[in-house]
Amino acid sequence: MTTSKVELIVNGHPQRLELDPRTSLLDALREHLGLTGTKKGCNQGACGACTVLVDGRRINSCLTLAVMHDGAKVTTIEGLAAGDTLHPVQAAFIENDAFQCGYCTPGQILSGVACIAERHAGSPDEIRNWMSGNICRCGAYPGIVAAIAAAAKES
Amino acid sequence: MFPFSFQTARSEQEAIAGAAAGGRFVAGGTTLIDLMREEVERPQKLIDINRLPLRDIRLEGDTLVIGALARMSEVAGHPDAARAQPLIVEALLEGASPQIRNMASIGGNLLQRVRCPYFRSLDARCNKRVPGSGCAAIDGINATHAILGTSDQCVATHPSDLAVALVALGAMVRTRGPRGERQFPVEDLYRLPGETPHLEHTVHPGELITAVEVPSGAYAKRARYVKVRDRASYEFALVSVAAALDVDDGVIRSARVAAGGVGTKPWRMRGSEAALAGQRPDRTAWQKAAERAIEGVKPLSGNRYKVELLRRTVIRALEMVGEAT
Repeated sequence: MTTSKVELIVNGHPQRLELDPRTSLLDALREHLGLTGTKKGCNQGACGACTVLVDGRRINSCLTLAVMHDGAKVTTIEGLAAGDTLHPVQAAFIENDAFQCGYCTPGQILSGVACIAERHAGSPDEIRNWMSGNICRCGAYPGIVAAIAAAAKES
Repeated sequence: MFPFSFQTARSEQEAIAGAAAGGRFVAGGTTLIDLMREEVERPQKLIDINRLPLRDIRLEGDTLVIGALARMSEVAGHPDAARAQPLIVEALLEGASPQIRNMASIGGNLLQRVRCPYFRSLDARCNKRVPGSGCAAIDGINATHAILGTSDQCVATHPSDLAVALVALGAMVRTRGPRGERQFPVEDLYRLPGETPHLEHTVHPGELITAVEVPSGAYAKRARYVKVRDRASYEFALVSVAAALDVDDGVIRSARVAAGGVGTKPWRMRGSEAALAGQRPDRTAWQKAAERAIEGVKPLSGNRYKVELLRRTVIRALEMVGEAT
């Protein structure tokens, strides 16, 4: 099997990897870099649990190959906090009780960070629409919407 | 996923040569990688075209020119697109999720494969996946399938919202391939399933979509996209309608109507357009257009509801456009 070389800048740290080209960005993060905060839910782009930021934009890391992102800057849930200081969206999730089991939470938070940066968090309806790529099977949506609305107000 | 070799194309020539030799282009990958993981798609070679300079969005005169590698979100957020072709923006934002819109390219959106569950399930019969194996949908669960353009071989709908808007607006596809450049209507990109449902498009082997051009028209700014679906967002259409009107002095000079979720390809409703031309923009005209829209439908066991839903969605879309007059 031939492998491909790829360099990713993950949460500010350059990472050189040699991968089977079939490796998704999600599996590269979880299985090769040990960053298991990004979750594998459906593995087919339907649930949003694998959401990360690539060059500042939210994408589903399960639907793309790591080798397609040579040189890209990737932000995962592990890269959001500044030391012990939580990112405002992380803090708002705790404050607003925005999760139950927590499995979808890293994806929700990354998607929420992008939703606010895109200026699509102006009202609860707008947040629901622009967060529709992230499913929460516990049904913590009221808290998620409230958390993103609160963080958007602060930003 | 089956193994494949991976190549990053550094030029269009390199990409075209690689694809002409049997490679598959990958741009956003949101359809292809998913189907490769399901082993429905088994390319031996992937050619990553994301580094090619085909991402520009610009106005050339009145024509909106969209590079084939522009992402759905980039077009939806582009001021020229919003100003010149609001229908395109509306259709884009009704499709997929924010994450997928950040990934999926315009060229890939047009070439996306069907969402028929039997196409995606290796143990089901599917003429599109395995020619000659039969169609499990015709006598199976077919509530989301097509009522127009079907054959006894395939009844899957084309899933793109964008393509419906582009077909309504008479948009053109630009391609470059081993035999040079071509330009043709988006509508002609798609084949009807007929006896060969495994052949979906008219692009030649190695041919690369480089851009989509959306011509301006008097109807461009009086246009809406109405999408009816099971959820409020992030869901494929049960029925969708793109409608555009050119109204002058209380009379419809010309109309554009196309529908999604009902046809085996994005479906231009020429009968409805003819019924609207020369009429006053009122309820009577909308109803006449809607009756023409459902001519020739062939509902299946589970999707008879789509006939009435299509009729009503045409009326609703025309009402929304007509209200702006």
